[in-house]
Amino acid sequence: MTEIPLWAALPAGVLLIAAGLLAVIGSFGLLRMPDFFTRMHPPAMGTTLGTGCVLVASMLVSSAAIGRPVVHELLITLFVVMTAPVTAMLLARAAVYRGDRRSRTAPRER
Amino acid sequence: MSAFLGYAIDFASLCLTLAMLFALGRLFKGPAAQDRVLALDTFYINGMLMLLVLGIRSASTAYFDMALLIALFGFVSTIALAKFLLRGEVIEP
Repeated sequence: MTEIPLWAALPAGVLLIAAGLLAVIGSFGLLRMPDFFTRMHPPAMGTTLGTGCVLVASMLVSSAAIGRPVVHELLITLFVVMTAPVTAMLLARAAVYRGDRRSRTAPRER
Repeated sequence: MSAFLGYAIDFASLCLTLAMLFALGRLFKGPAAQDRVLALDTFYINGMLMLLVLGIRSASTAYFDMALLIALFGFVSTIALAKFLLRGEVIEP
Protein backbone atom coordinates (compact mmCIF):
# COMPACT_ATOMS: atom_id res chain seq x y z
CA MET A 1 0.00 0.00 0.00
CA THR A 2 3.00 2.29 0.37
CA GLU A 3 3.46 2.95 -3.36
CA ILE A 4 -0.11 4.07 -4.17
CA PRO A 5 0.14 7.48 -5.91
CA LEU A 6 -1.92 10.46 -4.88
CA TRP A 7 -4.27 10.47 -7.87
CA ALA A 8 -5.54 7.02 -6.85
CA ALA A 9 -5.33 7.23 -3.05
CA LEU A 10 -7.36 10.42 -2.66
CA PRO A 11 -10.50 9.41 -4.67
CA ALA A 12 -10.31 5.86 -3.32
CA GLY A 13 -10.30 7.14 0.25
CA VAL A 14 -13.20 9.50 -0.38
CA LEU A 15 -15.15 6.69 -2.08
CA LEU A 16 -14.47 4.31 0.82
CA ILE A 17 -15.68 6.86 3.38
CA ALA A 18 -18.83 7.48 1.31
CA ALA A 19 -19.48 3.74 0.99
CA GLY A 20 -19.11 3.18 4.73
CA LEU A 21 -21.51 6.03 5.53
CA LEU A 22 -24.05 4.75 2.97
CA ALA A 23 -23.89 1.22 4.33
CA VAL A 24 -24.28 2.25 7.96
CA ILE A 25 -27.15 4.66 7.21
CA GLY A 26 -28.93 2.00 5.15
CA SER A 27 -28.62 -0.64 7.84
CA PHE A 28 -29.72 1.82 10.53
CA GLY A 29 -32.81 2.52 8.45
CA LEU A 30 -33.41 -1.22 8.21
CA LEU A 31 -33.28 -1.41 11.99
CA ARG A 32 -35.45 1.62 12.75
CA MET A 33 -38.13 1.84 10.04
CA PRO A 34 -41.63 0.93 11.28
CA ASP A 35 -43.08 -1.10 8.39
CA PHE A 36 -41.77 -3.88 6.16
CA PHE A 37 -42.36 -1.95 2.94
CA THR A 38 -40.56 1.11 4.29
CA ARG A 39 -37.86 -1.19 5.63
CA MET A 40 -37.11 -2.39 2.11
CA HIS A 41 -35.93 1.04 0.94
CA PRO A 42 -32.87 2.01 3.07
CA PRO A 43 -30.67 -1.09 2.51
CA ALA A 44 -30.95 -0.60 -1.26
CA MET A 45 -28.85 2.55 -0.82
CA GLY A 46 -25.96 0.58 0.66
CA THR A 47 -26.53 -2.29 -1.76
CA THR A 48 -26.27 -0.31 -4.99
CA LEU A 49 -24.38 2.93 -4.34
CA GLY A 50 -22.21 1.56 -1.51
CA THR A 51 -21.17 -1.46 -3.57
CA GLY A 52 -20.44 0.78 -6.55
CA CYS A 53 -18.27 3.08 -4.43
CA VAL A 54 -16.26 0.22 -2.89
CA LEU A 55 -15.74 -1.46 -6.26
CA VAL A 56 -14.57 1.75 -7.97
CA ALA A 57 -12.16 2.32 -5.07
CA SER A 58 -10.89 -1.25 -5.40
CA MET A 59 -10.42 -0.78 -9.16
CA LEU A 60 -8.47 2.45 -8.57
CA VAL A 61 -6.19 0.98 -5.91
CA SER A 62 -5.40 -2.27 -7.72
CA SER A 63 -4.88 -0.46 -11.04
CA ALA A 64 -2.43 1.93 -9.39
CA ALA A 65 -0.67 -0.91 -7.55
CA ILE A 66 -0.22 -3.17 -10.60
CA GLY A 67 0.34 -0.42 -13.15
CA ARG A 68 -2.25 -1.42 -15.71
CA PRO A 69 -6.07 -1.08 -15.73
CA VAL A 70 -7.85 -3.74 -13.68
CA VAL A 71 -11.56 -4.03 -14.46
CA HIS A 72 -12.61 -7.45 -13.17
CA GLU A 73 -14.47 -5.80 -10.27
CA LEU A 74 -17.09 -4.82 -12.85
CA LEU A 75 -18.30 -8.44 -12.62
CA ILE A 76 -19.54 -7.93 -9.05
CA THR A 77 -21.05 -4.55 -9.95
CA LEU A 78 -22.94 -6.05 -12.88
CA PHE A 79 -24.12 -9.02 -10.82
CA VAL A 80 -25.31 -6.97 -7.83
CA VAL A 81 -27.04 -4.36 -10.00
CA MET A 82 -28.81 -7.11 -11.95
CA THR A 83 -29.90 -9.17 -8.94
CA ALA A 84 -30.96 -6.50 -6.42
CA PRO A 85 -34.31 -5.66 -8.17
CA VAL A 86 -35.16 -9.36 -8.52
CA THR A 87 -34.64 -9.92 -4.79
CA ALA A 88 -36.63 -6.82 -3.87
CA MET A 89 -39.52 -7.76 -6.16
CA LEU A 90 -39.76 -11.34 -4.85
CA LEU A 91 -39.58 -10.22 -1.21
CA ALA A 92 -42.26 -7.56 -1.76
CA ARG A 93 -44.52 -10.10 -3.45
CA ALA A 94 -43.98 -12.53 -0.57
CA ALA A 95 -44.84 -9.79 1.94
CA VAL A 96 -48.01 -8.85 0.03
CA TYR A 97 -49.02 -12.49 -0.22
CA ARG A 98 -48.40 -13.20 3.47
CA GLY A 99 -50.48 -10.22 4.66
CA ASP A 100 -47.84 -8.71 6.96
CA ARG A 101 -50.28 -7.98 9.76
CA ARG A 102 -47.93 -7.48 12.72
CA SER A 103 -45.54 -5.20 10.86
CA ARG A 104 -48.37 -3.04 9.54
CA THR A 105 -50.00 -2.44 12.93
CA ALA A 106 -46.69 -1.50 14.56
CA PRO A 107 -46.73 2.28 13.77
CA ARG A 108 -50.32 2.72 14.96
CA GLU A 109 -49.58 1.10 18.30
CA ARG A 110 -46.58 3.35 18.87
CA MET B 1 -0.62 10.13 1.28
CA SER B 2 -1.20 6.47 1.96
CA ALA B 3 -1.98 7.46 5.55
CA PHE B 4 -5.27 8.98 4.36
CA LEU B 5 -6.13 5.78 2.48
CA GLY B 6 -5.32 3.76 5.60
CA TYR B 7 -7.60 5.93 7.73
CA ALA B 8 -10.34 5.67 5.10
CA ILE B 9 -10.02 1.88 5.09
CA ASP B 10 -10.25 1.81 8.90
CA PHE B 11 -13.30 4.08 8.83
CA ALA B 12 -15.02 1.95 6.17
CA SER B 13 -14.32 -1.23 8.17
CA LEU B 14 -15.79 0.34 11.31
CA CYS B 15 -18.89 1.54 9.44
CA LEU B 16 -19.42 -1.86 7.81
CA THR B 17 -19.08 -3.59 11.19
CA LEU B 18 -21.76 -1.28 12.60
CA ALA B 19 -23.95 -1.95 9.56
CA MET B 20 -23.58 -5.71 10.03
CA LEU B 21 -24.53 -5.32 13.71
CA PHE B 22 -27.65 -3.33 12.77
CA ALA B 23 -28.65 -5.97 10.23
CA LEU B 24 -28.07 -8.66 12.87
CA GLY B 25 -30.34 -6.76 15.27
CA ARG B 26 -33.12 -6.72 12.68
CA LEU B 27 -32.46 -10.41 12.03
CA PHE B 28 -33.07 -11.21 15.70
CA LYS B 29 -35.92 -8.73 16.22
CA GLY B 30 -37.83 -8.95 12.93
CA PRO B 31 -41.51 -9.63 13.60
CA ALA B 32 -42.23 -11.52 10.37
CA ALA B 33 -40.20 -13.99 8.34
CA GLN B 34 -39.74 -11.61 5.42
CA ASP B 35 -38.08 -9.08 7.74
CA ARG B 36 -35.53 -11.72 8.66
CA VAL B 37 -34.90 -12.60 5.01
CA LEU B 38 -34.38 -8.91 4.17
CA ALA B 39 -32.00 -8.58 7.14
CA LEU B 40 -30.04 -11.62 5.92
CA ASP B 41 -29.84 -10.03 2.45
CA THR B 42 -28.44 -6.80 3.90
CA PHE B 43 -26.09 -8.79 6.13
CA TYR B 44 -24.42 -10.68 3.30
CA ILE B 45 -24.12 -7.56 1.16
CA ASN B 46 -22.35 -5.82 4.04
CA GLY B 47 -20.12 -8.85 4.55
CA MET B 48 -19.23 -8.81 0.86
CA LEU B 49 -18.30 -5.11 1.12
CA MET B 50 -16.19 -5.91 4.19
CA LEU B 51 -14.30 -8.59 2.24
CA LEU B 52 -13.66 -6.11 -0.59
CA VAL B 53 -12.33 -3.53 1.88
CA LEU B 54 -10.06 -6.20 3.38
CA GLY B 55 -8.89 -6.97 -0.17
CA ILE B 56 -7.99 -3.30 -0.69
CA ARG B 57 -6.12 -3.31 2.62
CA SER B 58 -4.04 -6.42 1.94
CA ALA B 59 -3.63 -5.96 -1.86
CA SER B 60 -4.56 -9.59 -2.51
CA THR B 61 -6.85 -10.94 -5.21
CA ALA B 62 -8.15 -13.88 -3.15
CA TYR B 63 -10.67 -11.62 -1.39
CA PHE B 64 -12.23 -10.69 -4.72
CA ASP B 65 -13.09 -14.31 -5.51
CA MET B 66 -14.57 -14.76 -2.03
CA ALA B 67 -16.68 -11.61 -2.52
CA LEU B 68 -17.95 -12.88 -5.89
CA LEU B 69 -18.87 -16.24 -4.34
CA ILE B 70 -20.68 -14.55 -1.44
CA ALA B 71 -22.65 -12.40 -3.90
CA LEU B 72 -23.64 -15.49 -5.93
CA PHE B 73 -24.64 -17.72 -3.04
CA GLY B 74 -26.34 -14.92 -1.16
CA PHE B 75 -28.49 -14.10 -4.18
CA VAL B 76 -29.44 -17.75 -4.63
CA SER B 77 -30.29 -18.19 -0.94
CA THR B 78 -32.39 -15.03 -0.79
CA ILE B 79 -34.29 -16.04 -3.92
CA ALA B 80 -34.89 -19.52 -2.50
CA LEU B 81 -36.15 -18.14 0.83
CA ALA B 82 -38.41 -15.57 -0.86
CA LYS B 83 -39.79 -18.24 -3.18
CA PHE B 84 -40.46 -20.46 -0.19
CA LEU B 85 -42.31 -17.65 1.59
CA LEU B 86 -44.26 -16.88 -1.57
CA ARG B 87 -45.28 -20.36 -2.67
CA GLY B 88 -44.51 -22.75 0.19
CA GLU B 89 -42.17 -24.66 -2.09
CA VAL B 90 -38.85 -23.77 -3.70
CA ILE B 91 -38.74 -25.96 -6.81
CA GLU B 92 -42.22 -26.64 -8.08
CA PRO B 93 -42.95 -29.74 -10.13
